[in-house]
Amino acid sequence: MSEKTIAEMKIAHRVVATHHYEPAPVEKGYANRTLHVNVGTREIKEKPVTNEMKEKFTGGRGFGLWLLWHAVKDTTRWNSDENEIVISPGPLSGITQYPGSGKSLVVAISPVTDQVIDSNVGGYFGPYLKFSGFDALEIQGKADQDVIIVIDGQTGLVTIETAPDEPADTHRLAEVLTHMYAVDEKDMRNVSVVSAGSGADHTLIGCLNFSLWDVRRKGVRVKQAGRGGIGSVLRNKHVKAVVVHAPQVRGDDNHPGDLQEIQATGRKLHREVFQNDSSMERMRMRGTPHLVEVMDAFDLLPVNNFQFGRHDDTKHIASDVWVKWFHQGIPDGCWYGCTLACAKTVEDFALSSGPYRGEAVRVDGPEYETVAGVGSNCGIFDARYILEVNFYCDTYGIDTISWGTLTAFAMECYERGIITKEHTGGLELTFGNIPAALELLHQAARGEGFGRIAGMGVHKMKEHFAAHYGADIAFLNDIGMENKGLEYSQYVSKESLAQQGGYALTNKGPQHDEAWLIFMDMVNKQIPSFEDKAEALYYFPLWRTWFGLNGLCKLPWNDVEPVDNKKKHPPKEAAKVPEHVDNYVRLFNSMTGRSITKEEVILQSKRAYDFQRIFNIRLGKGLRRFDAQPYRAAGPVSVEEYESRADRYDEQLRTEVGLTIDGMSTAEKVAALRKYREARYERLMDAVYERRGWTKNAVPRLETVQMLGIDYPEVVEVVQRHL
Amino acid sequence: MKYVKPHPEKCGFVQACMRACARKTQKSDDLSLSSIVVTQADGGTIDINVCNQCGTCIDICPVTAITRTKSGAVVVNKSLCVGCYSCVEYCPTGSMRTHASRLAPFKCIACGACVEACPAGALELAEGEFEASYLECEQAGEPGATFSKSYF
Repeated sequence: MSEKTIAEMKIAHRVVATHHYEPAPVEKGYANRTLHVNVGTREIKEKPVTNEMKEKFTGGRGFGLWLLWHAVKDTTRWNSDENEIVISPGPLSGITQYPGSGKSLVVAISPVTDQVIDSNVGGYFGPYLKFSGFDALEIQGKADQDVIIVIDGQTGLVTIETAPDEPADTHRLAEVLTHMYAVDEKDMRNVSVVSAGSGADHTLIGCLNFSLWDVRRKGVRVKQAGRGGIGSVLRNKHVKAVVVHAPQVRGDDNHPGDLQEIQATGRKLHREVFQNDSSMERMRMRGTPHLVEVMDAFDLLPVNNFQFGRHDDTKHIASDVWVKWFHQGIPDGCWYGCTLACAKTVEDFALSSGPYRGEAVRVDGPEYETVAGVGSNCGIFDARYILEVNFYCDTYGIDTISWGTLTAFAMECYERGIITKEHTGGLELTFGNIPAALELLHQAARGEGFGRIAGMGVHKMKEHFAAHYGADIAFLNDIGMENKGLEYSQYVSKESLAQQGGYALTNKGPQHDEAWLIFMDMVNKQIPSFEDKAEALYYFPLWRTWFGLNGLCKLPWNDVEPVDNKKKHPPKEAAKVPEHVDNYVRLFNSMTGRSITKEEVILQSKRAYDFQRIFNIRLGKGLRRFDAQPYRAAGPVSVEEYESRADRYDEQLRTEVGLTIDGMSTAEKVAALRKYREARYERLMDAVYERRGWTKNAVPRLETVQMLGIDYPEVVEVVQRHL
Repeated sequence: MKYVKPHPEKCGFVQACMRACARKTQKSDDLSLSSIVVTQADGGTIDINVCNQCGTCIDICPVTAITRTKSGAVVVNKSLCVGCYSCVEYCPTGSMRTHASRLAPFKCIACGACVEACPAGALELAEGEFEASYLECEQAGEPGATFSKSYF
């Protein structure tokens, strides 16, 4: 990288707003103030963190929801001036001793769901923001030209600067800004950048990249806040990037109540990873793609837009393939001290298409979701293609999960003749067509051709196909894998009713952050009744929400376990990994000096979770009808899908539905199965809402809101409109 | 490279080595600040635990705070250390030390103070090679080995 070039870019900056502050130490996990930056009015201000905020909303996603609630109106949409991106690390974020403790939580009103989205991301930004003095950053307003926000925790200075000459795409932009704001080579590790890319300018599924400086590879790496189009919100605000320049990290920057207890708890898990990972999930070598062949074996790997669950060619994208591609032997945590180290990279990957064709680049990933989403779900079983798309999605600032699911949807529409070459501008979007799929991505990033339509996401594509191409909207609703406007993540949920709820009875839409119940439900049959499923859909989404309140990663919870976990506890309890739950309670108490129990953990989550539901209702969403799922998520839509698993479906019709199926056509059987499965989903909704203390219309009851202590007048007012 | 080679069968369990280490490396008389640790089991068996300079901790450290000096000793740079303790639990011999008064872990730097202090000749400053073994199993395969089609 040329120093002169960076110097020239820096000279072109014009500082348009400045705010000096006194960096103060973090106490017991909290900086006790937040930073508000309005890039439109150029106002920068600090706000105190109140005890009420800590007690009711904990931190992280909870703080994000609280700040966003007060920033927006009922009518606010993703591109409104007052919409915000709130980034908040949480009180446990920045712990260096316990694996997976460096996450940032991002919330905003989403361009694809028109309601609140939240996303959990690694990289150094969140902890650095806190160690620079702030528990959250609110970005509001719209700049009149491209700007960057710079938070310098070493000097106590926040600026908004025009940034006209920096490249837009992350792999270049984050590298440039890291060099620009580090004092010297040794200081590079203290800089983290949040950015999107040119693809976020032209699509609604933009992601945010959170950077970290890799001291061994001497380059920038990025992790993604992928879901729900927050990158598109950033670019709509004309914010090119946010830079934090933090003091050198030490092991006690959170000034916890009891550092030694945190150290001891962390050491215990390091030892567990050391002893068990190589015989359990092998996260350190394989990262999350270890799931590929497992999902295939259980008929859960999405193939051809979730029509099927396995494929003979899965071996070409299975974990042993990725083990060879991945750069091994480096501690690849996305925050300091994560020995689970699953953030793998591929080095010196030669790009074969697009604007950076011929460059040898670092690919961060792929994760399982990317392999399945842009790979098998699009009928593509080619590692090299997956790496190419992984790289471009990241640098363009496009969410790989949504990109995979929407490409698969477009391909199925093409194969069924719903869209043709005339609509796609000549792209032959058949399953497995790699050149066409790559061109679609580059078009989307440029905002051109059919790529521009695809980049709006599945929900808006459906509307567009129906309005302009004469497509049957009912059929598109069956096969378009979105709920609430968010594309599904990459598990086939047809045979697990609980997972259908785990996907669609969510606050933000179908993702794997809230609940992953397929094995408990379908494979291990641990939650057979509606009440069992409802209990699982009460506990697990709340448990997982807690990671987001505190700035934690979910993976060290159950992607490594104590060796005796399954022997020591009955199966349903073992699924909670009780010893690890104890670890987290201990971490929270040691950090904050409070003394909560594991039951209080669930209550902390429920406050934020129900508040988010009410927030969605306030924005005109959040009710039962928005929890409906596409039938593809619940059962076979088409005759060929049915026939691919005819034995399974016939058996269910005979034994569970009690039908005599002799003489029935496949189409009749598809309809009978659908009637049965849709009725079961409705019953599940009733059971889950009841367990959650909500009405049948998915509105938290007044007594639930009061019990949680979130019965603020403006919250009660929203609830009462629907009681 | 130099490392401290223990001969526990000669040890008289006077812990002179620990005193010397704490004094030389930590300027303290607190034996729990010694990098060499001598223990005696109930049956009288003596164990001497000290780093063999194998360097596994160098590979495991996320911030390159642990390096090997020209003489071969493995040392911790306290100013770079983020106190994550990965190295402590990944040490194959359990020889990385911690103490409540220290944020960064510490370890034997093969200075020889303990060897000089031992009245029984139970310690020797030896020459030898120990290879980091744990991470080798993670280094299988070369990136970019195979892919299925050539369509670009």
